[in-house]
Amino acid sequence: MRTKLEEEVSRRILVLDGAMGTMLQRYRLEEEDFRGEQFKNHPHPLKGNNDLLTLTRPDILREIHDAYFEAGADIAETNTFSSTTIAQADYHLEEIVYDLNLQAAKIARASADHYTHLTPDKPRFVAGSIGPTNRTASISPDVNNPAFRAVTFDQLAEAYEQQTLGLIDGGVDALLIETVFDTLNAKAAIFGAEEAMKKRNVTIPLMISGTITDASGRTLSGQTAHAFLISMSHAPLLSIGFNCALGANQLMQYVDVLAQHASCHVSAHPNAGLPNEMGHYDQSPQEMAAQIQAYLERDLINIIGGCCGTTPEHIRAIADVASRFEPRKIVKEEAE
Amino acid sequence: MSAKTTLVLSGLEPLIVTTESNFVNIGERTNVTGSRKFLQLIRERKFDDALEIAREQVEGGAQIIDINMDEGMIDGVEAMTTFLNLVASEPDISRVPVMIDSSRWEIIAAGLKVVQGKCVVNSISLKGGEAEFIEQASTIRRYGAATVVMAFDENGQADSYERRIEICARAYRILNEIVGFPKEDIIFDPNIFPVATGMEEHRKNALDFFAATRWIKENLPGAHVSGGVSNVSFSFRGNQKVREAMHAAFLYHGIKAGMDMGIVNPTMLEVYNEIDPDLLELVEDVLLDRRDDSTERMLEYADRVKDSHKTKEKDLRWRDQILEKRLEHAMVKGVIEFIEQDTEEARMHYGSPLKVIEGPLMAGMNVVGELFGSGKMFLPQVVKSARVMKKAVAWLTPYLEAEKAGTSNKSGVIVMATVKGDVHDIGKNIVGVVLSCNSFEIVDLGVMVPTSVILDKAQEIGADAIGLSGLITPSLDEMIHVAKEMEMRNMTIPLLIGGATTSRVHTAVKIDPMYSGLVIHVNDASRAVPVLSSANGKDAQSFTKQIKAEYQELRELYKTRNAAKRYVSIEEARRLRKRIDWKQAKLVVPNQLGIREISFRIADLIEYIDWTPFFKTWGLHGKYPEVLTDSVVGEQAQELFNDVNAMLDQLKATHALTPKAVVGLFRAASKQNDDVVVFDDQNNELAIFHLLRQQSEKDSAASQSCLSDFIAPHDTGMTDHIGCFAVTAGKEIEQLAKEYDAQHDSYRAILIKAIGDRLVEAAAERLHLQVRKELWGYAADEILTNSELIGEKYQGIRPAPGYPACPDHLEKLTIWKLLDVEKRIGITLTESLAMEPASSISGYYFAHPESHYFGLGKIGKDQVEDFAKRRNEPLSYCEKWLSPNLNYEPEA
Repeated sequence: MRTKLEEEVSRRILVLDGAMGTMLQRYRLEEEDFRGEQFKNHPHPLKGNNDLLTLTRPDILREIHDAYFEAGADIAETNTFSSTTIAQADYHLEEIVYDLNLQAAKIARASADHYTHLTPDKPRFVAGSIGPTNRTASISPDVNNPAFRAVTFDQLAEAYEQQTLGLIDGGVDALLIETVFDTLNAKAAIFGAEEAMKKRNVTIPLMISGTITDASGRTLSGQTAHAFLISMSHAPLLSIGFNCALGANQLMQYVDVLAQHASCHVSAHPNAGLPNEMGHYDQSPQEMAAQIQAYLERDLINIIGGCCGTTPEHIRAIADVASRFEPRKIVKEEAE
Repeated sequence: MSAKTTLVLSGLEPLIVTTESNFVNIGERTNVTGSRKFLQLIRERKFDDALEIAREQVEGGAQIIDINMDEGMIDGVEAMTTFLNLVASEPDISRVPVMIDSSRWEIIAAGLKVVQGKCVVNSISLKGGEAEFIEQASTIRRYGAATVVMAFDENGQADSYERRIEICARAYRILNEIVGFPKEDIIFDPNIFPVATGMEEHRKNALDFFAATRWIKENLPGAHVSGGVSNVSFSFRGNQKVREAMHAAFLYHGIKAGMDMGIVNPTMLEVYNEIDPDLLELVEDVLLDRRDDSTERMLEYADRVKDSHKTKEKDLRWRDQILEKRLEHAMVKGVIEFIEQDTEEARMHYGSPLKVIEGPLMAGMNVVGELFGSGKMFLPQVVKSARVMKKAVAWLTPYLEAEKAGTSNKSGVIVMATVKGDVHDIGKNIVGVVLSCNSFEIVDLGVMVPTSVILDKAQEIGADAIGLSGLITPSLDEMIHVAKEMEMRNMTIPLLIGGATTSRVHTAVKIDPMYSGLVIHVNDASRAVPVLSSANGKDAQSFTKQIKAEYQELRELYKTRNAAKRYVSIEEARRLRKRIDWKQAKLVVPNQLGIREISFRIADLIEYIDWTPFFKTWGLHGKYPEVLTDSVVGEQAQELFNDVNAMLDQLKATHALTPKAVVGLFRAASKQNDDVVVFDDQNNELAIFHLLRQQSEKDSAASQSCLSDFIAPHDTGMTDHIGCFAVTAGKEIEQLAKEYDAQHDSYRAILIKAIGDRLVEAAAERLHLQVRKELWGYAADEILTNSELIGEKYQGIRPAPGYPACPDHLEKLTIWKLLDVEKRIGITLTESLAMEPASSISGYYFAHPESHYFGLGKIGKDQVEDFAKRRNEPLSYCEKWLSPNLNYEPEA
């Protein structure tokens, strides 16, 4: 049976929300905000662990989700990009990952349900954000020992399974395995997510979004856009796409490759341009929306949103453009 | 063509196999069962050489490489994992998909966990029954691989046409109906067996294979056919020419029958059309079983041609280039094979190992850096290049040591770290490798390293430089913090900045000013070496000077260029106010609430004079007292200093000047709208200061400042205080200057005004001290030297209206009214709100330890509109007074 999300995505272009980090930066949070009461005495620095704010500043997260829905987003991403035992190990917070995922999903769920209630003809959804972790299964961190791996498939799959259990229990509509820089990590994520679904006896649509690292047109682990698509095609996907690293302009050619070959929906959530010399993203909502329009004119997109540097203003502009176009039609079988 | 028949695979690049595709070559040499050489290399764990075999195959045209580690003496799981991991680090090899080849399931399972692309498993079969087959196929599917299915079942390997099609049909049905395996991902291997073995039952081996292939393609839609081609010529081992011809001919017929791919040695394959026609006839007689005596005829021929085999060479034309080009090629391509021999040649040629490193090797690394920067190389390749470099340097190291005998053989010790809050370290690791290749000792502290750990380590081991890395934006702030802390610790070693979000401009604008030592942005690994060599070499000082000058220029350029700043709304800015924890604050009630006048004696002020600006006024640049002995301006400065002291002595003696001040301390509370309300001790409202808040967007850590943040808000229920003051050096200054002018002594006229400026500053300093220690008394125990006073090391600030933190001159009107300044000490305000006499200062006192100076910068119309409302003045009036600070053009 098709889920509500699957129905909606075949009817119209869905808008994913924008950056979480950029919004959180606006709050100028300090070590104490990250710690809250619960982690007051945690022996390691916690500032910068954005996912932890799920527990210590849920009010802020709700505000951000609300702001994106208010701006016209259809799908909110949970604040769980780094909520795996592997990523949280840097903060010595492996113990709390289930809670991080559960609560983050609940916060986004509440916000989504609130807006769905306000406008029932435009249902809002929650995608559980599953990041790449900070370890690569295909690349050795030790150049003197290229056969070494800092993390194995099984370790990743286990961590992702744990994460997914929390997200499922918190009520997400989809799982978004995103910013994939190493395809093997993503394969492990799919594997872990499937294990979790089996345990909970549910089926949650999977969304995959890779990252083209730079002008080479490849992922960090070296794959071309098409090779990436092929390597992800074994799973039943709701969508495949690219996000981060590049602005809409630079990213389009790679999304185009997906649109040509993918037998599922295609998504993109580019950055607000490339960072300037000071590390800031300064592309305006209008500029970005104009670049996104080029995607839509080319019929590349089913799900569109923003990554680093995007704000509710960007999403508003993007949603506005997206509302004027039809979604990409899926060619069910790859025609070569 | 119907899409269903397309098999898509991927390494780093896609491989798409359609019915129109040419035959797909699967490289067979990385197989311990088929290649004795490969087996030996794996056994001896010579993985570098084993990888060369894989590379050779891909360079030779293999589109998939088959990897097999099935040998009793090898730990197959470990060998498969290690080798596949190594292959993944070789983009030249891993661009093609791999075929994980094993008869042992645990080896296949291990292989599936380390391959990112869509690979092929070779193979599974019904040998162990349906249940096992189903489970294995399902697992393969979950890892996203295609699979070869061997024509093998519970009763053994299929050796006839009938058995072949029966087993394939059954497997196909199970995969389809039970497993849900995509049809196009099924690749049948209907068993290629040797021919011309002399055994009667082997005569039809090739023919049966061709027939089964044809049947599969016709009856099992979507499925593909593969096979291990070299098996067919098994009985001609050692006879290259015959085998090559047999393989070519077998493939020719196999492909005609529908064979899509096969495991072959592409470097051991003749072109069908170029096979000697006599040989071809013999070969085809055998393959197609055309004559009863075909085997004998074949063997006879084989004996004749035994020694005249040829092998195809891989492309080594680059070896013919000049030495420097060869080194460059090796580095760019990551070819390790010849690097030692070439490095040795370079050492002989250049006469010194160091010259080899600094010359051709660095040149090679620079090419790599450029290619990487322009997107023509990608990360794994760069890492490989670094390894070639390391090998070359390792070769040179003994010579380097001999050359530098007696001296340290290390170029320096570098502490490297990814800063706190950031976990990205790939770039840093690369820089580390490149540096260690160049005989730097690297102490890598890893990721998320707090400033104190980095600096403690650097100081503990006496590091020669620190390298910081970070990828995410907040890391930029961390780097600033490290630079600041280095300055606090009086460190002098170079600080290198790198990482994706860093930039030369950011380094120049934000980091360099924090640290008086060398700060330099190094955006690629290959530049790190020359930079560090210069920074620690004999010309280090001039290098530092040069970089500092460059960055200074960049800063100025940035300032002018960066007119287009970003602003936050006033609501947003207020939300981002500095949040002082008032509950923790110790608010001291002033000893002397209310207003009082104070007079100063010149003699008491002299010790508070900050002389440096005085000399600056006269164009004598330098810090007091060093300026007096400066080699260039010292003489002039000393002379001037004598004159001013003489004048001061005279003023002291004649009591010609009467510096005066008025100071008031009041209850106060801040409001959400940035106003500060001033009360008397009965809580009657006396005045309101309308303060302004920064709106230009700040970096993540900073707040949008406003002076009102330093006063406790009303709703805290706490009683806070504010002070304000006005001080003047005395009306007499103007009079005295006029007199000197009248005597045409403009030197003294200027001198007395300059003294007036210094004295009023000194009076303000002294007054502030008195306020801190006595009148307010919040820092009663403070003991500071004059230079510490000048350095503002005390608690609290005294910002002055018209100056950066509060550029609104209108505030002076409020102070004048509140303190009755004109009547009490005689300072008047001009039409443009300048103070007369000129040697006067007025301002506020803020006592909170976190209060600090800042520049308001430009503000937006929303704030000005709000400000006009707060002041109850027309917008245009406020715009006029605030015009230098408006970020917009007011309407005329």
